[in-house]
Amino acid sequence: MRFVFKTSYAQDIQIFRDRVDASWYGLLGLVVIALPFLMSEYYVGETTWVFIYALCGLSLMVLVGYTGLVSLGHAAFLGIGAYAHAFFLKNGIPWIPSVVLAVLITTASGIIVGLPALRMTGIYLAIATLAFSVIIQEVFSRWEYVTHGFAGMPVDKPVILGVSFADDRAFYYLCLFFLVLALWLTRNLLRSPTGRAWVAIRDSEIAAQSMGVNLAIYKSIAFAYSAALMGLAGALFAHKIAYLAPDIFTILLSIQFLLLVIVGGLGSLHGAVFGAIFVALLPPVIAILRDSIPASMADAAQATGIGIIGMLGDAVGNFLKKPGVEAGIFGLILVLVILLEPLGMYGRWIKIRVFFSTFPMYKRATFKRQRTYMRSERLR
Amino acid sequence: MSIFQADSLSINFGGIKAVDGVSFDVEQGEVFTIIGPNGAGKTTIFNLVSRIYEPTGGKLVFNGTDITNVPPHRIAALGIARTFQNIELFEHATLLQNLLLARHAHKRSGFFSELLFLPSVRRMELEHREAVEKVIEFLDLQQYRDSFIVNLPYGVRKVTELARALCTDPKLLLLDEPSSGLNVEETDDMAFWIQDIRDLLGITVLMVEHDMSLVSAVSDRVMALNYGRPITTGTPGEVQSHPEVVRAYLGG
Repeated sequence: MRFVFKTSYAQDIQIFRDRVDASWYGLLGLVVIALPFLMSEYYVGETTWVFIYALCGLSLMVLVGYTGLVSLGHAAFLGIGAYAHAFFLKNGIPWIPSVVLAVLITTASGIIVGLPALRMTGIYLAIATLAFSVIIQEVFSRWEYVTHGFAGMPVDKPVILGVSFADDRAFYYLCLFFLVLALWLTRNLLRSPTGRAWVAIRDSEIAAQSMGVNLAIYKSIAFAYSAALMGLAGALFAHKIAYLAPDIFTILLSIQFLLLVIVGGLGSLHGAVFGAIFVALLPPVIAILRDSIPASMADAAQATGIGIIGMLGDAVGNFLKKPGVEAGIFGLILVLVILLEPLGMYGRWIKIRVFFSTFPMYKRATFKRQRTYMRSERLR
Repeated sequence: MSIFQADSLSINFGGIKAVDGVSFDVEQGEVFTIIGPNGAGKTTIFNLVSRIYEPTGGKLVFNGTDITNVPPHRIAALGIARTFQNIELFEHATLLQNLLLARHAHKRSGFFSELLFLPSVRRMELEHREAVEKVIEFLDLQQYRDSFIVNLPYGVRKVTELARALCTDPKLLLLDEPSSGLNVEETDDMAFWIQDIRDLLGITVLMVEHDMSLVSAVSDRVMALNYGRPITTGTPGEVQSHPEVVRAYLGG
C-alpha cells in the first residue's frame, strides 16, 4: 500500500495527487497519442466518438454529478452547437470564430434554460428541460433557412488556419485536444471556489446559502458552463457525423447522455470518460456480435453435428437485428448498474484499485456505508 | 455595546404565530441562550436571523446595520455563521472541502481566473487553506481531514458543523442545539469549545439548547420562550427558577 506524504498545502490543489499518479497519466497520454498508428481507420473513427461522447459526458457531469440538477434536454444543446457551427461555416466564417460563436450561442441558451432551474429541482427540472428539447427539435425541423429541415445539412471537413483536418487521424487529434482542454478547465473549476459551491448546492442548498453561496448565480453558471461544453461537443459532432438532420437530436440521445454519466459514475471526471467509452463502444460491439455469433455458432454446429446450436445462433443474431434492441440493452445495463454499483464504473475501478493496493488485507466492508437518517426536518 | 438586536420580531405560518413580537439584545462577547419547550419558536428565530424565513414584522439589527432585507447568501459575509439542528453538511465531500466552502464569503476570484486556475487563485486557495487549518487545529479534527462526511460518526459531524461555521470568520455564531445527539463526554467537550470560542476567539454566541447543564455552564444570559413569546430573560439561575418557566416545562 502506498501512502502519499503531504508536506505543503499546495500538494492538495495539484492536478495530480503525486509523481506516481502523474506518470501513470503521462503513460496513458502516450498510449492515446500512439493509438491511431496502431489501429485501423475504422477503430480510429470509433475512438474519436469516445472523445466526443466524453465531452458530452463532462458537460452533463458538471450539471448532474456535481451540481445535482438533472437535465433531459442536453441533446438540444448539442444540436444548437452543431447547427450553429455548420451554419456559420457554410456562410464563410473561419473555423475558430465559428466554434467560438457556436459555443457562445449554446451558452446563452443554457442560461435561458437555467432560469427555471433556479426554482425547480429533481423531476420537475427534468420535465422542463425535456420540454425545451422537444421545442428545440421542432425548431430544427421548421427553421429551414438555417437548418434545411428534414432535407438535412451537409457539414464540410474542418479546415483550421489553412490546415485540413479531413483525415480521420488528424480529426482524432483535434477531438483529443479539445477533450484534454475541457478536462483541464473543468478540473480547475472543481478545485476552486466555484466547484465547491456546486458540490455544496448538490448536497445541501440551505447550508450552501448560509455559507454565502448565491444559489441563483452558481446554478446559472453550472447551466451555462455545461451548455458551453455541449456546444463545443456539438461542433465536433457536426464534423464527425458529416450530415445534420433534426431527428438526430432526440430525447433518446439525451437519455443516452444521462446513462453515460450514471454508468460512468456520478461525481467524478473519470466517470465521464469511462461512461463515454461504454456508450460509444457498445453499438459497434453489438454490431460485431450480431454478425459473429450466428457465424461462430454455425461453425460449432457443423463441427459437433448438433443442429440446435446453429438454430440458437441464428435466433440470437436475428434478435440483435431487431429495431430497439440497442436501446433495450442500454436500459437493462442502466438498471443493473443502479442496482449493483451505484457509483458506476468509476466506483468499481476504485474498488479494484484498493483491492490490489491492500492486496492480502482487503476487506469488503471498506465500501459498506452506514445508512443514516438525520434529515427529517429539512427546510425545503 | 450590543452586537445584535431583534426588535419585536414576528412571523406567521398561516394562522399560527410561530414567533410573536420577540425582542432581545445580544451583547458583544457573551453567550446568549434561547431555551423553551418544543415548538416554542427557537429554531424559527434562527431561521429568521439567517434570513431563510421572511419575517412578518419586526427588525433585525447587526453591528448597527439593518439586516432585515439582506438576502440569505450575504449574511455570512456580514459575519453571522450558523449550525443546523439536523446536521446540514455536504455529505459527499471531504471534511476539508466542507470547511473550505465556508470560506466562500471571502472569495475574491472571478469565474474566468478560476477556469484557468491563475496564480492569484492558487495563492488565495492557500490562504483559505491556512485559515481552515487553524480551525482544524482548534477543534482537533486533524485525523478526519480527508474523510468523506458520510463515513464520519455523528459526534464528529456535529463538531465539523461547528468548525464550518467558524471557518467563515464570524462575529456572531448561531448554534442550533450544539449538544443534541451527543453523549455526556462529547457534551462536555462542546461546553469547553463554546467557552473557548467566546474567550479566545472573541466571538459572540447565540445558542438554542435543551441540555440545561450545558446552558448553565456556558451561558451569560438566557431567554426563555414559550408559544413564540419571551417569558423572561436573565442569568441561567434566575431563568431556571422563574415560576413561568417551570410552568411552561412542567405544565400546570
